[in-house]
Amino acid sequence: MAAALRQLNGGGAAPAGRRPLLQPLRLVPGVTLFLFLAPIAAGLIGTLLPAFGWLPDLGGERFGLHPWRALFAAPGLAGAVRLTLVSGLLATVLSLLLVLGFCAACHDTRLFARLRRLLAPLLAMPHAATAIGLAFLIAPSGWILRLLSPWATGWDTPPDIATVQDAYGLALVGGLMLKETPYLLLMTLGALDQVQAKRTLAVARALGYAPAAAWLKTVLPRVYPQIRLPVYAVLAFSLSVVDMALILGPGTPPPLAPMVLRWFYDPDLAMRFQAAAGAVLQLGLAAAAILLWHGLERLVARLARPWLAGGGRGAGGRLGRAVAGTAMATVFATAGLGLLSLAVWSVARRWQYPDALPAAWTLDNWARHLGALAWPTWTTLTVGLAAAGAALVLALGCLENEQRHGVRPSSRGLWLLYAPLLVPQVSFLFGAQALTAGLGIGGTWPALVWSHLLFVLPYLFLSLADPYRALDDRYARAALCLGASPARVFWRVKLPMLLRPALFALAIGFAVSVAQYLPTLFAGGGRYVTLTTEAVTLAAGADRRVIAVYALLQALLPLLAFAGALAVPGWLYRRRYALAGMR
Amino acid sequence: MPLADPLGPVRRAVAAMLVLATAALAPAAADEAPASWDEVVAAARGQTVYWNAWGGSEAINAYIDWVAGRVAAEYDVTLRHVKLTDTADAVARVLAEKAAGRDAGGSVDLVWINGENFAAMKSNGLLFGPFTQLLPNTRLVDTAGKPTTTVDFTVPVDGLESPWGMAQIVFLYDSARVPAPPRSVAALLDWARAHPGRFTYPAPPDFIGTTFLKQALYELTADKGALARPAADADFAAATAPLWAWLDAAHPHLWRGGAEFPRNGQQQRQLLDDGEVDLSLSFNPGEASSAIAQGLLPDTVRTYVLDGGTIGNTHFVAIPYNAEAKAGAMVVADFLLSPEAQLRKEDPARWGDPTVLAMDKLDPADRAAFAALPRGPATLSPSELGATQPEPHATWMTRIEQEWQRRYAN
Repeated sequence: MAAALRQLNGGGAAPAGRRPLLQPLRLVPGVTLFLFLAPIAAGLIGTLLPAFGWLPDLGGERFGLHPWRALFAAPGLAGAVRLTLVSGLLATVLSLLLVLGFCAACHDTRLFARLRRLLAPLLAMPHAATAIGLAFLIAPSGWILRLLSPWATGWDTPPDIATVQDAYGLALVGGLMLKETPYLLLMTLGALDQVQAKRTLAVARALGYAPAAAWLKTVLPRVYPQIRLPVYAVLAFSLSVVDMALILGPGTPPPLAPMVLRWFYDPDLAMRFQAAAGAVLQLGLAAAAILLWHGLERLVARLARPWLAGGGRGAGGRLGRAVAGTAMATVFATAGLGLLSLAVWSVARRWQYPDALPAAWTLDNWARHLGALAWPTWTTLTVGLAAAGAALVLALGCLENEQRHGVRPSSRGLWLLYAPLLVPQVSFLFGAQALTAGLGIGGTWPALVWSHLLFVLPYLFLSLADPYRALDDRYARAALCLGASPARVFWRVKLPMLLRPALFALAIGFAVSVAQYLPTLFAGGGRYVTLTTEAVTLAAGADRRVIAVYALLQALLPLLAFAGALAVPGWLYRRRYALAGMR
Repeated sequence: MPLADPLGPVRRAVAAMLVLATAALAPAAADEAPASWDEVVAAARGQTVYWNAWGGSEAINAYIDWVAGRVAAEYDVTLRHVKLTDTADAVARVLAEKAAGRDAGGSVDLVWINGENFAAMKSNGLLFGPFTQLLPNTRLVDTAGKPTTTVDFTVPVDGLESPWGMAQIVFLYDSARVPAPPRSVAALLDWARAHPGRFTYPAPPDFIGTTFLKQALYELTADKGALARPAADADFAAATAPLWAWLDAAHPHLWRGGAEFPRNGQQQRQLLDDGEVDLSLSFNPGEASSAIAQGLLPDTVRTYVLDGGTIGNTHFVAIPYNAEAKAGAMVVADFLLSPEAQLRKEDPARWGDPTVLAMDKLDPADRAAFAALPRGPATLSPSELGATQPEPHATWMTRIEQEWQRRYAN
């Protein structure tokens, strides 16, 4: 870590003649890493110690294995672990196959370009709203069956089939895919630009390879290493997701992460030892799954080598194109329809099965909840803006430091950046509570912003880093030659030119913050609730019309942020054509 | 153990004694609990009260929102509803704060509570008070006609929680689909066999689910007297054997084959509305009427109680020992007992939760207002509801939940 810190810090001694003015900037990477890694490290320790019996506040003053004995004796543990592994691995495999299959088969189609434009709104949808929308669609009494019943299905009452909260976690897999597929697609698109896939493909096509074969044989081997970390993050997330599991997953038993959460909140505080052991088990599952995945990567690479080098040109692949295109379009359409079902429910007065649409409409659901919505909406907005704003400052500081001191981005730095996304939230957030309590900020607004920052910063940094590094440095050099200080170059040249990607990154950061469930639950300490925690609480069984109001508002805030990120530069630069149109 | 803190036990003992001392002396401490109500109201001015209350029902949330507006206008108290999925969350939070030594400035000011959660907080010294004797509206409570306002699941209330509303288990059914619902637990099993997939109950630890299990236990067990004593004193296995036999027999015929259960009573009510099941349960005799009024259930839904009667209890609000805004919390607790607030609560168009007040202690005008309340199409009259059965001792609930998890949540 020290080496990585040095690398992010700009390596060894500063070049001679460096102005003292620059010194604060050099501290930014260190501060960032500290803000970032301290809670995770403290949180992991704060989870590991109780998992082995050490938690003096609760009378745990000797190390032992009793938390593990209690864990393994807990009813439903084996089922929970099985469910976690199956749903997490399945969601990751299917999402990745779908993205790679779609890119391979459809990269030169109009559908590809069209879905690419729809990617941002899909990414902006918070997990909870996505899950609630999906549940409204596919439940036995959901919109799809309402549209088909009873004329096509003959069902006057909903069928007794578990299409949500099913024992195998398939609904959860579907919900995860709605979020993971767009994310992996975005990461793949970024990687495609980096490896200059177009040029490679042109060569391969000229050599007679069919489009899909050309992509799989010449592009994929170079793209995959670029999206490996995002895939691991997806895997770790899918294995430990809480909010989506509460909404779409089964309850008897639930997956491991919600089960551990339930133990953490048991009135019998002795259960916290067992919960801590469960959180460590969750960490172990994520680590084992990533290792297993890594092994599979190597195996696939080895097995595919003869095929890659064999010279087969591949067939036309019209069927593959149809299947992959349909599957990807289904993902987009499902998410969109889910959002639409939220909108319809939020203005329904009475909507009984099997009516295709509400029998009566009303704006009452909104009017009645304006008062109750105000507080969580305010918290969501302020925490999201503060976390995204702080992350933007830190990311800009790191990137500017990198450019001024010629630091090369290292793969180890990238791993550190991904740390909060690779460690299951439930495995360190509980322990991190002890850190904020120790600092005297437990359950306060700064603690809440900090907890969001952990997850906002990686996404924001990754989204900003490429455009920042890609900016033609001749602009900066020209300005320096004209006598401008580096700070002035940053403020007057780089930042205005990078306004669009910076605002886009800010919107991504805001969307990530809005979606946070577990960090809000733990760091908010019951004092701060957001639209996300409210929506998940309500989704446990309240009136669908009210759930819809909260979930729709939760989904709209990030969408508005993205719309703003697109509109503001266009307006600011409305007289400066080149800047306004720049990406 | 080199790492052990040798003074740990001493420290904890001292802390425990301090907590007990504060709890016992609290009403006497000048800044903690003023001697007069005027002082409470003065101290409450400007305070923010974080009320941790189950947040799964829209009608109740809207009611709490209304309370927030009223106490803000009347007492300058800001009320925040922290919506819980399970009251145990708040108990765990206070307990954790105590364990961490946060004996003041706690994050929970007021908690909606009863039963095993109250028992847990009381026995752990987590409650502030007694405070209810200070509330002016306490004198209006019907302690004689509603004995559960003073004894909560066999545990004496001792002024540590202020009554808020009455509850009794009722069954909901759609009269358009079910002409003759089963009126005993034994008959329910036959009915479930004849109508596979049309009955279920919320999974424990949801309180409706656990109460259904207690209701079944009450009808099935041979020794009803044992239920009033702590479960540890009785032969738990023998007392509950008929319950598990009943459940083993019934589960294959339930919704989803008894493999999955609704998470709570609200979800089951939704299933009833969707037509996925034919029966639902509620702890609020007025909920069905209120739900019909809000467009959440068909207007053909009716309620009934079992022929042998059903379990009833009272729900309360309590103040944790380390609450930051104790005066504000007391003001809210008192407002909840006011005829104005109780009347609105009992209105089936709002919530439909029965009052804890004694009609003969009210002004004639208030009494007339209660009498004028419409009962709603699905609400039973007091005589139809009949006498309530007592709650078993709080320990039964915990044991039954654990055993249920062990048997059916694998």
